[in-house]
Order: sequence, then C-alpha cells, then structure tokens
Amino acid sequence: MIAVQELRVRFGQGAGSVQAVDGVSFDVAEGETFGLVGESGCGKSTILRALCGLNPAWTGAVAIAGAPLARPPGRAFFRRVQMVFQDPYASLHPRHTVNTTLMEPLAIHGMDDRDRRVAEVLLQVGLGPAFRYRYPHQLSGGQRQRLAIARALILEPRVLLLDEPTSALDVSVQAEILNLLSDIRAARGLTCLLVSHDLAVIAHLCDRLAVMQHGRIVEQLDVGMLAGGRTNTAYGTSLLQASLGYDRRLARAGIEEGPI
Amino acid sequence: MKTWLTAEITTSAFHARAQRFYYGWLRLRANRLAFAGFCILVGLCVVAILAPLLAPEGSNEQSLALRLRPPSREHWFGTDELGRDIFARIVWGARITIRISCLVAVIAAPIGLAVGTAAGYFGGWVDTVLMRLNDIFLSFPGLILALGFVAALGPGIGNAVIAIALTAWPPIARLARAETLTIRASDYIAAVRIQGAGPLRIILRHIVPMCVPSVVVRITLNMAGIILTAAGLGFLGLGAQPPTPEWGAMLSTGRQNMLGAWWLAAVPGLAILLTSLAFNLFGDGLRDVLDPRSE
Amino acid sequence: MSDTAQLLVDDLHVRFRTPQKLVHAVRGVSFTVGREKVGIVGESGSGKSTVGRAILKLTPANGTVSAARMRFQDIDLAAASETAMLKVRGRRISMIMQDPRHALDPVMRVGEQIGEALDGRGLSRAERRERVLGMLEAVHIRAPKRVYDLYPHEVSGGMGQRVMIAMMLAPEPDLLIADEPTSALDVTVRMQVLAILDELVSTRGLGLMFISHDLNLVASFCDRVLIMYAGRIVEECRAAALGEAQHPYTRGLLASLPRIGERRARLEVLKRDPAWLEA
Repeated sequence: MIAVQELRVRFGQGAGSVQAVDGVSFDVAEGETFGLVGESGCGKSTILRALCGLNPAWTGAVAIAGAPLARPPGRAFFRRVQMVFQDPYASLHPRHTVNTTLMEPLAIHGMDDRDRRVAEVLLQVGLGPAFRYRYPHQLSGGQRQRLAIARALILEPRVLLLDEPTSALDVSVQAEILNLLSDIRAARGLTCLLVSHDLAVIAHLCDRLAVMQHGRIVEQLDVGMLAGGRTNTAYGTSLLQASLGYDRRLARAGIEEGPI
Repeated sequence: MKTWLTAEITTSAFHARAQRFYYGWLRLRANRLAFAGFCILVGLCVVAILAPLLAPEGSNEQSLALRLRPPSREHWFGTDELGRDIFARIVWGARITIRISCLVAVIAAPIGLAVGTAAGYFGGWVDTVLMRLNDIFLSFPGLILALGFVAALGPGIGNAVIAIALTAWPPIARLARAETLTIRASDYIAAVRIQGAGPLRIILRHIVPMCVPSVVVRITLNMAGIILTAAGLGFLGLGAQPPTPEWGAMLSTGRQNMLGAWWLAAVPGLAILLTSLAFNLFGDGLRDVLDPRSE
Repeated sequence: MSDTAQLLVDDLHVRFRTPQKLVHAVRGVSFTVGREKVGIVGESGSGKSTVGRAILKLTPANGTVSAARMRFQDIDLAAASETAMLKVRGRRISMIMQDPRHALDPVMRVGEQIGEALDGRGLSRAERRERVLGMLEAVHIRAPKRVYDLYPHEVSGGMGQRVMIAMMLAPEPDLLIADEPTSALDVTVRMQVLAILDELVSTRGLGLMFISHDLNLVASFCDRVLIMYAGRIVEECRAAALGEAQHPYTRGLLASLPRIGERRARLEVLKRDPAWLEA
C-alpha cells in the first residue's frame, strides 16, 4: 500500500543544509499499521510530511495505493491519504466550528450528502450531534483530537498518516484516542503509518516498526520481537530500555553525555 | 434570550455565531474606556442620521446680519463669518466625516488584506514585488502623499478619499503579511492543504478570517489619523470645497477670525479631537474583544 | 516516612481569580519531603505545578496561597516576606524548569550564568570559575572548559538541562523542585539527566520534589509518589508499591497505559467518578 524507496529530504541549500532523511526505504502492506519510532530530529515527521505532499523537496521513489506520488499531488490523492497531526490545539482552525471544519473537505472535493456525512463521522469518533456547532476552544484536548480524526476520515481515505497523535494528551485521554484509532482502523480496513517517540504507543498499535536515528532506519522489527526484547542494534536496545522506565544501574552506566 | 445566548450547547451555525458576538459584547461592556469610545461613535452616527431633524435649516443657511455671534441659546455653538449656525454645520459635517472614514476603511482594508496575505502566503518574488511597492508608499509621510494625489487628481471629497485610502493601505498590508507568515506555518493550514484546497481558498477562507481582527483593530486605531488627514486636506483647501461643512475646512476658515471669535476654530477642532479619541479608545478595546484567546 | 522532614506542607490552598470566576486550583494538600525523591503525579490541571510554585511563592499575582503550615527547615514559608523569600529561592530551594531553552538567558555565556548563582559569597573570579567548572563536572559534562564559554543556543536540549541543573545546584540548596524536568527531552537523554539527579540526591543528601505527568517514570525513579487529582492528593504510596495502589483513579491511570510486551486489543479507559473530587 505504501512503498518508499531511498527517500531523501534535504532542508536548506549549500553549506548550512541538513540531510533530514537520508535514504529511507520501507513497505507497508494493505491493512497493516507500521510504526516509525525515534527521537526528535531523527526525520520521522519529515517522512510523513513528504508522503502527504506537504514537503515537495524530496528525492527517491514513493508509491501510495499503487500510484507514484506526484509533485504536487493531485486532488484525488488527498481522498486516498489523510493525516492526523500531533497537537490538536494547533491543527484546528480557531474560528471554524466543528461543522465548518468538517464541511470544508467535502466542499473542496464537491461531495454530496454533506449533512449526513458530517453527522455520521461525528458519531463514529464519539462526539455526537451536540458538538456540531462548537468552536475548538469549547472542546477539551481529547475532543479536539477526535475532531481532527473525524476531519481526516470524512474523505474516506485508505491510508491514514498519524503524527504523534497522542503525545499532546494526558494518559487517560491517550487511552481513549488509541482505542478510537484501533476501532476505526478495524472498521474501515485502514492502512496506517504511525510516527511516535513513545515505543509503548507504537507497540500497542503497530504490527511492524522501524527505528530511526539521524535520518536513517537503524533497524526494522515486528512487535513480537520488541515485546520479547529482541532488538538487533545497540540504539534500538537503549531506546527500548529507556521506555521501560528508569533503571538506576543502566542509567548510571549511560550517564556520560553524548555529542553536543 | 439570555439563556439561548449563554447555552452550553449551540444548536446551529447562527446560534454559535450569535453567542460569539454576545460574549464579545460582554467583554466590550467590561472595558469602560472602550465602551465610552463606542458610545461616542454610536452617538456620532445617530447625530449624522438625524441631521435633518437636529438642524432642519441645513448647513448653508446664511444670515449676514448674524455674523460671528458667540454661542447663545439660539446658536449653541455660535455663528461663523457668513452668519451660518455652527451647530448645524457640525451636525451635517458629521455625515461627511463618517462617509470619509467608512469609505477609506472600505477601500484600504481589502487592498491591504489582499496584498498582505498574498505576499505572505506565496512568498518568493510575489512577496518581494508587493513589499517593495509597499515600502515606496510607506516611505512618504501620509499627508504629503495624499497632497500629491489630490494635487494630481484635483481637489474634492471624492479625490481626498481616494488619496487617503492610497496612503492608508500599506501599514495594513504589512500587518496582514506578518500575520500570514505565522498562520501559514500552522498545522491547521497544513491540514487544509492536505485536503486538497487551492491557494485562493486557503487565503480567503482560512487565512483572512484570522487576519481580520487585527486589521479591524489597526484600521480603527488609524481612523483617528485618517480623520486628521481628511481635516488637514480640508484645512489646506484640497479636500472638501466651500461651502461643504467639512470639519477641517471649517477649522481652516475659522483660523482667520480666531482672535475675535474663538468658537469658529474651537468647535470643529473639538469635534475632530473627540471623534479621533473615540476611535482610539474603541480600537484599543476591540483588540481584547476580537482576540480568540480571550474567549 | 521521611526521617528528617525538610519541607512540611499542611493544608495548602491556592485560588486563582479570573474575570469569570474563582478557581480553586489546590484544595488542601498536605505532605512532607525529607532527603528523598518525592514524585508528584497528575494530569494537566491537577494542580501539581501550582503546588511547586506555591512553595517558592512564585504564584502569579491573581492567585492567593493559604496554608495551615508551610515550613522549610527553620523557615516559616507561609509567613515569609518577599525579601525573606529571596534568600530562600535559588539558595536553599532551587527549581528546575521544563524547558531549559526558555529558562536560560540567551545572551549570556553558560558559565557566567551558573556563576551568577554564586553572587554575594565573596568569591574571587578565579574561585568562582573553579566552582562553576566543578558544577559542570558534577553534571557529567565532558568538556567543562569548553561548555563554560558557550551560549545557550549552542548547546543541545539534554546539555541545556544539565546546565540548568548545574546552575540550580551551584548555591548548594537543600531542596530541589523539578517541574517536568525531562518532558522536553528525548527518552535516552532523559535517562542521563535522571541519573544525574539521582546521583546528586544520594551523594549530597538533597530532597527532590519531582513533578511529572509520567506515572511510569515517577514510579521507577522516585522513592515516594503522591498522586494528585483535581487539586487534591488522592493517594500517597511507596513508588515500588504503586502496583498495589488502592485509589480507583490511580488504578485507572495505570490500566490506561499501553505497555510493551503486554498487548491488549483495547486499553482500559478511565471513568471519572465525581466522588473523587471529595475523597
């Protein structure tokens, strides 16, 4: 469903430029959920932005749902691929009501039966009709993220790109959103690409994952290997240990700073 | 009505909008100075609308027998050198002032918004061209530029409005561009881009609504300057032509008799002062009212 | 639980006045901190950060703090004047902020900023520099002399947090309040910073108040955990015994966490009970 070959993204030009993504290749099968995990600046979000057409400055070969990714992608592309952003406080237009936010994509693509579609998708994300004419500032963080998910779903995409969808939320709300995502994925047979710095979230939602560092994929493994602690690289192991909680013995050993 | 306006759950788009206006109104009420400015402006509009009732004799009724009379019961603000009632002229002049400020706002705000948002959103050479043009306009003092335009187009209120509007849009374009640059980088613009929206739709439906509040505030604050520029043009004889009761022109003719008949200059001067002050106070308060973060 | 209570807080209340209403952010919180690591965990809006600031009297102007008792060693914090607090803040109680990049002065060299914390001690320039370099070494910075001359924008997030810790520890305080000190850091860097804090607490005998939203992290790092909900402490327990927590809120939070190696189709969702507000 998603095939990425030798993807490279460079920011800036000349001496000050940064190779944010440096030759990344991976495949995601239909209906599968693939995770990209790594620390900030490792290039994981940059990959998502390139895949959804927000950043045209990439090289390599990308095919989504069988069609190669064009620059700029045509309008039809966005009906197949949608994205949920990290921070629901930033990703919703502050002056648009829930209704306006959801109507907008339908108007762009000239879809019919708009009223029914909006009502349906609101129910599906668990918001209900009472929320339809509210502004984002009248919603809690979890409700905002539900709305952002509804907005991504209303075009009925086949691929959902998730950029740290729960990292701005409290843990109890995170559980609700993760449950919602797994329900929707099952109901619609979605293919998902999940980016996160939180290995536990990746392990919960994904089938396979890739560990990224400095713009490259260091290793790819499936969730069973992760659960069994069978990581293949030192970096993957340290990431796994760090996300299991603080361990005085291990942490003391790694106390020396890395590069500045 | 009140329960409908403060309802927790809004049931229609109209309801949601009405509620937003209502809360904005409450915030304006809470800010006393801004509310005072608002009241003065409303009063000014009422005076302008009711001019035929307040001063039924019109603004140009001359009576040379009654020249330069000081304020009295018959002539509240006195009379001028042609024996015209100054109160009547101020009342009718309010119409002109309001017309000038509204026309300037209606011309300058959309131009400024269009130029600023386009420059900010597209960047690159569009930005360079538009902003250099903007710089050229900004580098002249407003009144001088307006003078130049009026000199070229010929005196008169219509030309004065065009001239002032041409000097009023560049700061608005600057402001709109700066706002657009931050808005453009936000996630909600990225979100609408990956829904397949084109640039025109993004600018009109997503960026402009975010710029409008600060532009409205800015133009309200600039209104004082616009009125003063209009008055200045009138004062220099390049705006409204006699016998039009424009406040600046009245001030200008009153100047010749200032020593003997202070009210000739003082009354229109005070009217200009009061109106620009009211615009300033109101504009300051609008900033709080329109800020979505305060909702 | 604490052998020598350094900090004692009894029935702390913080109220904020907003144009619309009076917000009772902290509602009767009592606890002690000894020479140990105490974690305060809660979700956003639970009042955990407000507690940290109230202790140092850094509550914003629209807030009022009241407490039956609030004592630090021999100082009555509840009654202390602003001038008295100046002697406490940064000298006897230090605070580490979430994001070092916002807390460091961008136009001042790192070493000089740390040195500033040593002002008023009658140290010569050379002595001061020596002390600062010592501090940088204590937070395991490999090339202290080089880092001394860097500006804050030239250091990474993890290094910045090390610098912050060095700055806060330079005056040798007895209590450290850390408000989400590692939330802005990557997981592997986070571990290093925690290890430094851990080491300093045990070698220098500091008290540490660790404010965080991360239950897992606090449970594995601290000695004792206080769980806050809606301005109250709903539960207090030994960190190691968090698994046997009694309060339904704590249990609900623990159940809602995804865990590696324990795959569940659905996570348990916390059902909030209005009774918790009073419990």
